[in-house]
Amino acid sequence: MTTAAMTVRTRAVPAAAKRPGLPGTLRSELTKIISVRSTYWTLLAFVAASIAWAVLDCAGTVSHGIGPAFNATEASLTGQVALGELIIVVLGALVITSEYSTGMIRTSLAVMPRRGVLYAAKAIVFAAVTLTISLVTSFVDFFVGQAILSSKHYNTTLGHPGVLRAILLTAAIAAIFGLLAYGAAAIIRHSAGAITSILGIVFLIPLLGQALPNAWFADLQRWLPGGGALEPIARSTASLDPHLFSAWGEFAVFSSYAVVLLALGAWSFIRRDA
Amino acid sequence: MIEARGLSKRYGDKLAVDDLSFTVRPGRVTGFLGPNGAGKTTTMRMILGLDRPTAGSVTVNGRAFADLYSPMREVGALLDAKAVHGGRSAYNHLLCLAQTNGIPRRRVGEVIGIVGLEDVAGKRSKGFSLGMSQRLGIAAALLGDPDVLMFDEPVNGLDPEGIRWIRLLMRSLAAEGRTVFVSSHLMSEMENTADHLIVIGRGTLIADCPMAEFTGDGAAQAATVKTPDDQRLAAVVTGAGGRLERGDGGELTARGLTAEQVGQLALDHGILLHYLAPVRVSLEEAFMELTADSVEYQAKTGVQK
Repeated sequence: MTTAAMTVRTRAVPAAAKRPGLPGTLRSELTKIISVRSTYWTLLAFVAASIAWAVLDCAGTVSHGIGPAFNATEASLTGQVALGELIIVVLGALVITSEYSTGMIRTSLAVMPRRGVLYAAKAIVFAAVTLTISLVTSFVDFFVGQAILSSKHYNTTLGHPGVLRAILLTAAIAAIFGLLAYGAAAIIRHSAGAITSILGIVFLIPLLGQALPNAWFADLQRWLPGGGALEPIARSTASLDPHLFSAWGEFAVFSSYAVVLLALGAWSFIRRDA
Repeated sequence: MIEARGLSKRYGDKLAVDDLSFTVRPGRVTGFLGPNGAGKTTTMRMILGLDRPTAGSVTVNGRAFADLYSPMREVGALLDAKAVHGGRSAYNHLLCLAQTNGIPRRRVGEVIGIVGLEDVAGKRSKGFSLGMSQRLGIAAALLGDPDVLMFDEPVNGLDPEGIRWIRLLMRSLAAEGRTVFVSSHLMSEMENTADHLIVIGRGTLIADCPMAEFTGDGAAQAATVKTPDDQRLAAVVTGAGGRLERGDGGELTARGLTAEQVGQLALDHGILLHYLAPVRVSLEEAFMELTADSVEYQAKTGVQK
């Protein structure tokens, strides 16, 4: 090292007490996610769509009466499971693609070059924010829905078997689908492309599966990430479709998709040029 | 200090950076010069670990960028002023960067003051002019009060006042003993800013030398003269191996000789001179001459120094 031109200057910033890592990056990612409007709009759409569906579904049930497959918990939660997922995947994709589309990723990596730390911090903050909002929303869905159903005494209560599980899994599934989208978006890096692909995975594939011969589809459906396989999640009792797994079983299937895509996304995020 | 050794980067079949070796030292402004597409940005991206070198390595303060203890306290970089999320306010943008490295919140306010963005700190950066964005990018680079600063084309799109401000800032940062590495394709800009030059063309090193040396021997020597006896002077200059040219405005330039040599010749032959001054070869001309050479000799045998 040369000692040429080493002038003494005062330090404007205190030395690092420890090597910057996950704790600071988590704070940074929290600042990022709460300081852009798209977060609020997406979460607002998620909350509004979930509650609106609960109201419509339950009000419809009250006016039309119940069938053999009726489950009071499902009537209030199915909107958040089915429609909420489609909205939350957009946010999951945006938290990472917005970095690439704006060029912010280069600035982010120039201050936190440990890419695994950055990738994990982003995923954790996104999942935590999503889980918080979706947990509150699923309880609101439930109580609003049951209040409407109570006019015909169709309603159930938290104390019934399977009800709390359905509410908690409904909340958790939003974070799971969001993380699935996050992983996929880390591979695709382009907002429109990522959102289109993810909606293709969680919406179109289960839909296209229905074109298969019935027997095949019945065997395949429980393994698909979305569509009819979501049904057991929102129900307090088992689905009438004997081909589907239990609520925990389907939750494990969706989680496996998320884990695989998160891992592939991590590989892409860490290895490829930014 | 930035050290590149045999640095190469290939995109598909295009070799963007080709076996580049150089050292950027502290205490001075090092200009990184080359035409657009020469590989300057790619080199800077590799320094920051954004792109993985195809071959070779580059270190900052002796370490690969990703291995730095606290990156922001060691390196501050402005690559692309528009590389920010436009929906975030300037303050929040700087805050989220500072938080990664545990830099206190008060420092965010300080750098906003240094670059003069106090009035718009709470506004979303989407509406910023290029000049304001450049200032925001520089504020981000200064957050960690780093020893090494890197700016990619920092004066692009700036008004004369902004250019002057950046020039003074870079000079003062270097005067404090920091390493300042600044790229430009504008030779005229470097002339007033850099102490040392690293010149690349087509990804290869063309020159790595002090500014004075670059302008001094980059092109042939020349002197401007005024004389009532231009016929005789022309004969004498030609006899000494130079040549006398009359420019469009009627001024005379002796090429191939220094001003001292022309003066001596005139005295020896008793020719009256009204005016004699050395022609200072501009960086622009020197650069053109050098890159013309590199084209002439083709990639493999660039004029390395």
